[in-house]
Formats: sequence, C-alpha cells, structure tokens
Amino acid sequence: MNIPNQIPRYSDNERLNHWLTAICFMLAALSGLSLFHPSLFWLTNLFGGGPWTRILHPFIGLVMALVFAGMVLRFWQHNKLQDNDRQWMKQWRDAISNREDRLPEVGRYNAGQKMIFWLMVVCIATLLVTGILFWRPWFADAFPIVVVRIATLLHAVTASIIVLGAIVHIYAAIWVKGSLGGMLGGTVSEKWARKHHPAWLREITGK
Amino acid sequence: MSSLQTLDITQRSATTTPSPQVRTAGVEVAKLIDVSKCIGCKACQVACSEWNDIRDVVGTNVGVYDNPADLSADSWTVMRFTEYEDKEQNHLEWLIRKDGCMHCADPGCLKACPSPGAIVQYSNGIVDFVEEHCIGCGSCVTGCPFNVPRISKKDNKAYKCTLCSDRVSVGLEPACVKTCPTGAITFGSKEDMLEHAAERVVDLKERGYQGAGVYDPAGVGGTHVMYVLKHADKPEIYAGLPANPAISPLVGLWKGAFKPLALLAMGVSALAGFFHYVKMGPNDADADEEKSDSTAAHQEQK
Repeated sequence: MNIPNQIPRYSDNERLNHWLTAICFMLAALSGLSLFHPSLFWLTNLFGGGPWTRILHPFIGLVMALVFAGMVLRFWQHNKLQDNDRQWMKQWRDAISNREDRLPEVGRYNAGQKMIFWLMVVCIATLLVTGILFWRPWFADAFPIVVVRIATLLHAVTASIIVLGAIVHIYAAIWVKGSLGGMLGGTVSEKWARKHHPAWLREITGK
Repeated sequence: MSSLQTLDITQRSATTTPSPQVRTAGVEVAKLIDVSKCIGCKACQVACSEWNDIRDVVGTNVGVYDNPADLSADSWTVMRFTEYEDKEQNHLEWLIRKDGCMHCADPGCLKACPSPGAIVQYSNGIVDFVEEHCIGCGSCVTGCPFNVPRISKKDNKAYKCTLCSDRVSVGLEPACVKTCPTGAITFGSKEDMLEHAAERVVDLKERGYQGAGVYDPAGVGGTHVMYVLKHADKPEIYAGLPANPAISPLVGLWKGAFKPLALLAMGVSALAGFFHYVKMGPNDADADEEKSDSTAAHQEQK
C-alpha cells in the first residue's frame, strides 16, 4: 500500500484554535437556539435548565469571540479577496457540482471559503456587541430600552445568519473528503491539494 | 406568583399551542385609578408591601415626594408626583399617578418571554409572572411598553404587580383598592369600571376639565388597570405615561414571523446539504484520480 504524499496545511495551534472556536460555537448556538424559539426550549436541559442556560450563554459567547479573534489574526491574510474570486463566485454552480477544473485556479482558500470567513468575522463581532448590550444582570440596565430592543433583534437576526453560515461550512467539510482530516490531523494529501487548491500547492511545494 | 387554576389561563409565554379554552364564563376585571381623587398618601404602596410580604430597602430622599424613587423587584407600585405648570390657565397642578403594571390585554412582556409558562394571562385579564419558571433573561423588560417589570438583584427573577391575583381568585379586591382612603382606586368587572369611569369623566368635564378622559389605550388591546385623567389629551404630563403605548415594532419583528422563518431556513439548508450529498456523492480527490487511472488503464487495454 503506498502512503499518499501528505502536505502540512494547519499547524497544531491553528487546529487547536479552530476546534476551540468550533466547540464554543456549538455550545453558544445550542444555548442560544434554546431561547430562540419555544420549540427548542428543551435544549436548555443540556445546560442545566433555563436559568443556567441564560447565565452560561453570554460567557460562552465571550470566550468564542476571544478565541475567534485568534483565528482572525492567524487567517485574515489568507482570506483577502482577489480578482479571480469574483469569477469563482460567478461559477458557484461549477463549485457545488464537482466541476472544479472549470473554476479559476484556487489558492489557499477559494472564494466561498473566504466569504464564510468574512461572514463569521462580521457576525461574531455583531453578536459580541449586541449581546453585551442586553446582557443581564450586568449591562442591559445601562442602556436605553430602544438600544436594548435593537440589540436583541440584531442579535437574533445575526445568530440566524451565522448558523446558516455554519451549516454551509460544516456541510462543505463533510462533502469535500480530506478537508476534515486536514483540520483534525493537520495534513492533506497531494491529490486533495491539487484538486481543490492548486495555486496553494504550487506556492508551498513549487510543484 | 400564580394561584389560579390552569383552566383560567388563556395565554402562556413561549407556548405555540392554545391554552385551555373550555372555560368561557370568566369576567374580565379591571382596576380603575381615578387620578383626580388621589391625595398621594401612599397607603396603596404600604398595602401592596404588606399583602405581598415584600420589603424594599429604605432609600434616600431624592428631592421629590416619590418614595421609593422607582419601581423595583420589591416595590410593585409607586406614586409618581409631577408638578405641572399649565401655561394657558396660568396655574400649577400637582399630578399624582400610581404607577405599576397595566395588565395589558396584549402583553408585551408575555410576547417577549422565552420561557414556557413564566408569564401567563388569566381569563379575567390579569397578567402574572410565574417566578419558578422565570430564567432571569429580562426579555419582559424589553417587551413592556410601560417600563414595569424589574429583575431582582437577589435572585434574578422578574417581578411586578400581580393585581393581587391570589386575592382576586377568591373574590377579594386587590390590597391597594381595599386600603385606598379616598376611593380613588376601585375594582370590578372591566365593563362596570368603564361605566364608572365615564361618569367620572362627565363630572370632571362639568368642573371645567375639558381634556378629562379614560386611559385604556387601544394600542395594547386595552388594559386591566385604567386611569381617569383630568388631562387625558396629554397623558405624558403624568410622569411620562405614554400617549399611544404599543408593543415596539422591534419586539414584534423579533418575536413575530422572523423566528419560525429562520428555523425553516436552517432546516431547509441542512436538508439541502443532505440531498446535495445524495445526488453528487462525496467530492473525493483521492478517489477521483484512482477512477481516472483505472479509466486510462481500461482505455489502454482497448
């Protein structure tokens, strides 16, 4: 059996950072959704009941925002949008139909991944700020009621958007085999890199 | 506090199915506060504190008669004093309004609450907080158009006037009504109270208060605590009583169609992912090349 060429993609710290964010996100999303709609209130049981969910959710969110800030510092440079990203976006049908050979050559990240990255940046920043504005019992009383109302509405809308973004992100990792391994073990196969990120492969190996 | 039977509950927070509907003979009640008869003695505040066994901390004088200065988790009703200068008539009026929960027919607190059954409305119209189900999130504060609910600093539960739902359920009037020495607060069926209020308005108009009227704002479906005001045409002068209270459209949007639609979008996108996988199969770079290798080999054989 020949072992495929493994190419390092994520360092230990990058992976730790990603999975810390992911765990915080799942906990924040589940606790948030439990108070989002009555049909999901039973999720509060995962956190020790209604009051505990209310107590924990903001702290989980705060930790998530902090560890995510680490991700932003690590990865923002790889996520700068470039000219051929526009073309990639136009051909999104090819991207989801496994016709990557028709797409412009992709570097470390494709345009879809970059969009998810920036969506997460905007959403987590918004969730952090709006969440603090109606965080009881600590901060909500310090702000006018109209600010609290706008913050509450924005928080719910932004949370919905980030959950949709996360569904896309998680599904992409399930669909594109080898990606999850890259984030778990840190390496990807050469074939994976050549198919999904050829420009990145050339950049790091010269091949 | 909730002491009425479940059959009397007509609305329940964070509940999407109907409450029991069989009992229909209930009478809507109302407390009528005739501001023109109030002398500001605060006996109602004391009676409230006595009956409900709550004791607020002794505060400090803030330069006005309001004492305590605001509603709190331990003070469910507060007399608000306003020195009103009528520039047209060139005279000074002392307005005293007993503030507290208005028991809206369409309660913003109940609409905003995420905890099933933490806020209920009875068939008699009383809106009650059930503290054992309260999670302390403060959404009721966000939803209330009258700035009434208060979160206790001791236990992080929400509190407000219960309209003495425990007393009313056994045929008694609320404690504040019982104690009022001038008869400024009356209690009965909403119908009777409206009739009584109309008589009072006629009387006040005869005495020259042309702006007199009943405060039973339609924007919240009417209330089960109503005021007779000498200046009903400008309720704001009574310590900021809102002229047209309604559940904020921001709260309406937050708790209205948006959330079910957002849940639907989440479900649909997860399902779309699943079906995409079923149709496309895995996107497997390693398998792809094996496949193309074998195809190439196959062609070579030919």
